[in-house]
This record gives sequence, structure tokens and C-alpha cells, in this order.
Amino acid sequence: MIQLEKRPQPSRLWTFLTPMLAVVITMIVGGALFAALGKNPVEAIRTIFWDPLFGEFAFYYRPQLLVKAAPLILIAIGLSLGFKAGIWNIGAEGQYIMGALAGAGVGLAFYPLEAAYIFPLMVIAGALGGWAWGMIPGLLKTRFGTNEILVSLMLVYVAEQLLAKMALGLLRNPDGRGFPGSRNLQQYPSAHNAEIIAGTGIHWGVVAALIAVIFAYILFTRHLLGYQIRLAGQAPKAARFAGVNPARLTLVCLGLSGALAGLAGMFEVSGPAGQINIDFNVGYGFTAIIVAFLGRLHPVGILLAGLLLALTFIGGENAESNLGLPAAAIQMFQGMLLFFLLAVDVLTNFRLRWKTAEVV
Amino acid sequence: MDLSSINPTLLLASLIVASTPILLAALGELVVERAGVLNLGVEGMMITGAICGFAIAVNTGSPFVGFIAAALGGAALALLFAILTQLALANQVASGLALTLFGLGLSALLGQGYQGIKPPPTANIKIPVLSDLPVLGPVLFSHDLMVYLALALVATVWFVLNRTRAGLILRAVGENHGAAHALGYKVIRIRILAILFGGACAGLGGAYLSLVRVPQWTEGMTAGSGWIALALVVFASWKAGRVLLGAWLFGGISVLQLNLQAAGVAIPVEYLSMSPYLITILVLVIMSADKSRAPASLGRTFHASD
Amino acid sequence: MSLTRILASAVMALGLAGTALAEDKTKVGFIYVGPIGDGGWTYEHDQGRLAVEEHFGDKVETVFQESVPEGADAERAITQMALQGADLIFTTSFGYMDSTINVASKFPDVKFEHATGFKTADNVSVYSARFYEGRAIQGHIAGKMTKSNVIGYIASFPIPEVIRGINAAYIHAKAVNPDVEFKVIWVYTWFDPPKEADAATALIDQGADVILQHTDSTAPQAAAEKAGVISFGQASDMAEYAPLPRVSSIIDNWAPYYIARTQAVIDGSWESTETWDGIAPGMVEIGAISDAVPAAIKAEALAMKDLIASGQYHPFTGPLNKQDGTPWLAEGEVADDGTLLGMDFYVEGLTAEIPQ
Repeated sequence: MIQLEKRPQPSRLWTFLTPMLAVVITMIVGGALFAALGKNPVEAIRTIFWDPLFGEFAFYYRPQLLVKAAPLILIAIGLSLGFKAGIWNIGAEGQYIMGALAGAGVGLAFYPLEAAYIFPLMVIAGALGGWAWGMIPGLLKTRFGTNEILVSLMLVYVAEQLLAKMALGLLRNPDGRGFPGSRNLQQYPSAHNAEIIAGTGIHWGVVAALIAVIFAYILFTRHLLGYQIRLAGQAPKAARFAGVNPARLTLVCLGLSGALAGLAGMFEVSGPAGQINIDFNVGYGFTAIIVAFLGRLHPVGILLAGLLLALTFIGGENAESNLGLPAAAIQMFQGMLLFFLLAVDVLTNFRLRWKTAEVV
Repeated sequence: MDLSSINPTLLLASLIVASTPILLAALGELVVERAGVLNLGVEGMMITGAICGFAIAVNTGSPFVGFIAAALGGAALALLFAILTQLALANQVASGLALTLFGLGLSALLGQGYQGIKPPPTANIKIPVLSDLPVLGPVLFSHDLMVYLALALVATVWFVLNRTRAGLILRAVGENHGAAHALGYKVIRIRILAILFGGACAGLGGAYLSLVRVPQWTEGMTAGSGWIALALVVFASWKAGRVLLGAWLFGGISVLQLNLQAAGVAIPVEYLSMSPYLITILVLVIMSADKSRAPASLGRTFHASD
Repeated sequence: MSLTRILASAVMALGLAGTALAEDKTKVGFIYVGPIGDGGWTYEHDQGRLAVEEHFGDKVETVFQESVPEGADAERAITQMALQGADLIFTTSFGYMDSTINVASKFPDVKFEHATGFKTADNVSVYSARFYEGRAIQGHIAGKMTKSNVIGYIASFPIPEVIRGINAAYIHAKAVNPDVEFKVIWVYTWFDPPKEADAATALIDQGADVILQHTDSTAPQAAAEKAGVISFGQASDMAEYAPLPRVSSIIDNWAPYYIARTQAVIDGSWESTETWDGIAPGMVEIGAISDAVPAAIKAEALAMKDLIASGQYHPFTGPLNKQDGTPWLAEGEVADDGTLLGMDFYVEGLTAEIPQ
């Protein structure tokens, strides 16, 4: 039977090969699915993976990929810090919401005043909102030893209810004819996270995501905190001997990941989304967890994983409207891609060996 | 405001029905987590169960067969998760989330053509004598088979976990998989079985929605029930009896707020809706001081060479 | 206009020109907020799309995208349809309003139609259905049919559209049955079958024997069937629940409008308009009144429908007071569209408060 034998070192070759292998398997299985639905599989795969990058309208889709991937990357970078240290924040969705609420709240508080300081204040408020929401599981863990996975998840539901409350109450647009939802920040120049390069849709959130990638890369390769994070994740006991303060590390990781998720929410609400509304959150906080793992918790990997996921979103939409593929098929296709990406990673850390059954 | 229009007996009876889907799903997830595995794909397994149960019940005309199909469907999806996390050693959090995405898509595809169809009715079984009791009769003893089954499952899960050798082994695996392995227990095999059981229960919960509580099929009809089930397990501090209490609390708050509204009470809906989650966090904090904590190996990957 | 914006629109125009040449069919796009199988709101819009396909045959090609979240994703979805050469795009949810306006400003040659909104542009029209006309007829039937004199109403969000429906139904139930009482539950969702079912059950448990709903799933119908009370289809006919519990329905029939607007684009006669149509042009349809309703009541209901259709009767005709007793409409006075569109008050007699 097949047995897994742990490699002494993760294989460098397979680190690069596995994602490609997964994409190829997904194309084959997904193609079969599309064929079963009566669509031309080659055309469907081309629409999803090729057209947004090199098709006729690539000039529009290429920057849109960055826009779609930016919040995923920003959140995933923050999460990867904690994940490496064995600190599990799975409530980024809640921190994303709170960042958006805080950022938009500050912006709307100034309405209709026009001033250059409003947007920077909103950025700070967004980061603080997410940070505060991330610190709750952090403080509970360090004070009482409460499991941060579960507390951060519970806080997502609480944040969703707060979002509904705000969209229907305090932040509701007084000129919105009674519909839920805040004023559109795109129409409030001082609070608008506007395009940096016209016609592309690229906004400050994209810049922030790229900075976060670089920042995380330097942190892990050059900085003491990065070393401590890795040590705490790989060898908690050794970390303690080396003087790592686990409580401090927990707070730093949860606070930072919360702040980055909050920033992502703030950039999204003041830019592409425009307004606080009941369905403002569309699951970026959860998808980012997948992005972090697909990127193998490495900053560059996360960048690529975020872009790949954005590609399947945008390409998938195209396949829906151009080829009439049901949204459900695209959703399944994405689920498959994630499965295969997660499954083949085993080859990086393990070797497959044929063995005769052992006597236990 | 007219609180007298709320009939407590009817309120409790509909509370029991409303809490059954999350109760079933949470019981399954409880066993999974007790084995040391965190499967965040409950929502995906529930909705897959909902459509499998619905489609088979419609085609066979038998809700009973439908429920069996739902359990199989949920378990089949759980098998994917088991392969990923137990054999390919993938991260459980990411795999669970991917499972939800996959399940939502799969169910929507399977469900095409089942919209607007009515499933065969699931009969209420009035237990003789008991169902004639005042208050208790209509609240507890005038429901369909699945309600009784769910209640029986609470007792069974409690019994197996706490009073049998199998339960002891399962808990040992969840607490310290290294030690359990050293003692000669097949950690991976036990976990896979627990995951399959969890999937079957989630599937039943989903089918209860599509066949009894709603009863119809619509895309995305679980509308977050799976996530509530996850919260419920934590709220219950991994104890079967408390899952039942929690299901009534979580289901009850929703039913209660709707009833209060109907009675004309102006209530802050959002604050009421977030209260179960805040209570859960509070319970978690109190529990951390206590000895009964989360299974120690929860969410950690096991490989014999570790 | 800044240089960068000119450049941007030039780039867009270039992209457009590329496809416009290859086109001879008229391409019509639809953006849906839910899945086409929701059995209610989105389902009816998709029926409208299919009607366009059937009506024009080879002359028209339709495309659609379902379950598009409101916000950033909507803007991209609409843009991509415009890029792919759509000549006319229907965006079918209120939340697409600003996205539609944004995209429309970048594609001056593409026509846009936004459902239920209020912002227009040279190439953006808005359209909506006078649903309250149907509500009035439902209210009449409900008031006559109820035996407990308690009518349950499952409401989604406290917005003018929903409040208008509650008022219209109440006024006409009260007119035929002075003892009638409305119980309203706000579920804060358009689509959540388990919650809608629970809400229906709660209303029934508290004595309601007629259920009206302003949410999109058929879950309340099933709950009504189980409890043996009557209900009305919403947005879609929900005929699978006829003759009981569903005794009638209000149907959004978008097909005539979609066909007319597509024809206008083909003819080159399309202009930006604001349409708010009711029973008369067929945008609001009353689903068959089932035999569970006595013939006399059915005849009255149909008579009211004819009067509304012919314009002889307006469901909001005075004398009507607001909930707090202040006069709203004098004897014979008819509500103006502005007040109706921004309706944020109950009429006299409704006991609950609108949540804030």
C-alpha cells in the first residue's frame, strides 16, 4: 500500500510544481463537469483562465484582477503571521466589517465637509476598528486562555448584526428614500478611495496590499519578530527558551491581522463598494484564509494565490454570462480547485512510498 | 402590544421544530471535534443533505428513504474532507471552508429542476397517551420521527462518548493523538469514521429543513444554519446534553423574536440576534477557567511520524 | 474633464468599437441579484428574459449573470456585459443603482434599465411595478376570508415599497371588515426560507388565518398549507400551492416591458424614461383566484381589479388619516406618486410601529 514518508526538508521542486499540478487536474475534472453540462470544455476553461489575462478585453480585466485580489491579499498577509505562529484567527470577516464600519463612520461623521485630512483619518479608523475586533480574542486568550479560533468566529456573527443595525439605523442615508444603506462614499470626494490610475479601478487598497506583501517578506527574512513567529510555530518550547513572550506574540499577531483586515474593509467600502449595506461583506475574510494556505503562508505565494482566486472569480463571471454556465457550476469549480491545491500540497512535505503492509 | 396572543405551548412546539436541524448538525460536529478534528464545512454538508434528501424523497415518494439519502449525501461530502485532511494532511480550516464552497455549488447544480416541487409529507407521529398530556403532549410528543430521532441521538451520543470504550478511545484520540497512537489506536481510521458520522448528521439536519421545516428546495436554503451549528458545539462546551439546551436557545431566540414582533412588541432585532454568540463567548471564557476545555488536539494534523 | 478621464473613456470606446462591428444581433444583458431558481423575484425577471428571446427569435441574443452581489462586483459584472457588446442591460435590484449610473457614464452608447431605483441619466431609465395595486385586491380578499380577523404579514425591510404594500392591504381589508387586525413581522431579509417559515408559523400560532408575504421564497406558503390557513403568491404565481393555501397572487410580469424596450433599441427610438406601471399595462398581474374563494368575493376582487386598471379607482383614495390621526388625504383625494414613493408612515388603524 501507499505510505507517506515525511521529507526531512519540504521539497523545493514540489513547492513550485504542486500548484501547477493542481490547476491542471482542476482543468481536466472541471472540463469534464462543463462537458457534462453540455458546454464546450475547452472554451469554458479558456474563458476562465485565458481571456481575462490575454483576451480581447484584458485591458479592463488585468487591473480588475488586482482590485478583486487586493482585499484577499491584504487580509491573508495578516492572517499568515498568526498562522505561522500557531495563532488561529478565523474571524477576519468580522474584523473586515468592523474596519469598514469604523472607516465609513468617521467619513460620514464629517459629511459634507471637504478636507484633505478626512481620508487619512478614515484609514486610521479602519485599521483601529479591525485591530480592536482582533484584540478581543487576543486578550481573552492571553488573560483566560480562551480558544481564539472560536471567539474570533463568534465575533463574525456579532459584527454582521452590527453591520445590519448600522445600515438600517445610524449610518442610513437620510436621502436614500428609506432604503437601507449609507450614503455612497464615491460621491463624497474627501472620503472617496478614488482610482489612482484613471480607467483601471486601481485604488489605495491595491497599493496597501502590495506594501503588505513587501512588509511581510522583509519581516520574515530580516526581522526579529518574523524569526520569533516562525520559532513559536515550529518549536513552541524552544521559542520560550529563546525569550519569546507568547502572550505578547499572540496580541501582536491578532492585532496586526485584525488591523489589516480592517484596512481591507475600509478601502473596499470607501472605494469599489461605496457604501455600508446589509450585504456589504461577501466572504473575503473567509476566502482569505484559503488564500493564505494556498500561498503556503509565504508572502509571494499569497500574492499569487490571491491573483489566482481573483482570476477564477472574474473568469467564472465571464463564463456565466458568455457561455451560460450556471453560477453553481463556477462555485463548484472553485471548490474543486481549492481541494486539489490543498490535496497536492502533501507532495511538498511527504514522499509517496510503496510498502508492504506492516505488522502492527 | 399584546403578549397574551403568544401561546407558550405552541411557541415551545415550534421551537422544537426550529431547533432540530441545528441540533442534528451540531451533534455530528460535536463527535467530529471530540475526535480532534475541526470541520468548518457543516454548511456545505447540510445543504448537500438537503438536496439529496429532497430529490430522493420526491422520486421515491418516501421521506424516510429521503432522509437515508441525505445522510449518505452528507457523509459522501464529508468523505472528501476526510481524504483531504486525514490522508493528504491538508489544513482543516482551509479544507472545511473549501468544502462549504463546493457543497453550495454542488447542491445548486443537483437541485436544478427541483424548484417549486412539493416533497411528500413527513407524518407527525403522536405518541399514544403521552401526546395527550397537557402542555408536554403538544410540545414534546406530537412531532415527526426526525424530532424523536434527534432527541434519541442526543442521549446516544452522550452515552457512547461517556459510557463506552469506543467513546473513550474517540476522546483519547481527540485529546492527545500522539499518545493514542502509541497505545495502538488507529487515529486516522477513528477520525475518518467520526468525520463521516458528522457528515451524515449534517445531511440529516439539512434534509429536515428541505423535507419538514420549510418544506421545499431552494438554492442556498440553509442560509447559515451550518455556521450556527458550529457555534452551538462551542456553546455546549463539547457536551451532548448542552447541545440540546443550546439548540433550544439558538433556535428559541429566533422563534421568540418573531413571536414578540407578531405580538406588537418593538424589539431591537439585531441585538437579540447577536446575543447567542455573545453568550457563547462568555461561556468560552468561563470554561477556560474550568477544566472542561476544547479537545486538546482540535484542528491539529496527525501523522504517525510526528 | 481631466486628461486621464478622457484617456480612460477613449480606451473604453476603443474596446467597444472592436465588438460593435462584429455585431448584427441586438444583445440584451440581465444582472440578477439572486439565483434564477429562487421561485420569486429573480425567477420572474428571467421569465421576462426568456419572453424576449421567444419574441425576437434570432434577432436578439440575451445574456445574464445570476447571484451578483450588490456593490463592487455588480459594477464589474455590468461593465463586462457592456464590454462584451450588450446594447441594452437590465439591472434588476435596487442595490445596483449607483453601479448602473457609474458604468452608464463610461458607455454612452449602451442603454441601461435599472429596476426599482430613482436615478436616471441620458442612457439610464428606471422602471418599477405598482405592486400596491395588487396588494389592495389581496387586502380585500383577505378581509373577507378571515374568520379570526387576524391577518399576518411577513415584511422584509422597513422601506417605502414594503410599507406601501402593508398600507394598501390594510386599507382594503379594513374597508370590508372593520374588526380586522394586522400583525406584522419584519424578518430583515428578502430570502431566508427557514426564517420565513418560522415567521409564518409564529403568525399562525398567534391566530392569523391569512398570511401575506413580502419576501421571495415559497416557505410561508408551505407553512400556511400545513396549518390550513390561506396565503397569496408573491412576485411569482406560486401556483404549485393553489388552490389552497394560495388563493391568489401578485405576479411581476416584466415580459411586456422588456420586449417593448428591446424593440425600442432595435428601432433606435429608445429614450430615457421613468416607468411605474401597474395592472393596466400588465406589469402587475393578479394570479388566478382559486375556487377556495367564494364566487361573490372573487367577483368583487375582479371588479376592483378592472376599476384600478381603467384608472377609475386608486387604492390610496381619501379620506385617509395617518397612524397618529393626522389627516393625510381628504375625501376623494388621491395620493400623489411622490408621497407614495417615499412612504414612511402607517395609515390609521394599524397598531404596530414601523421599526427605526
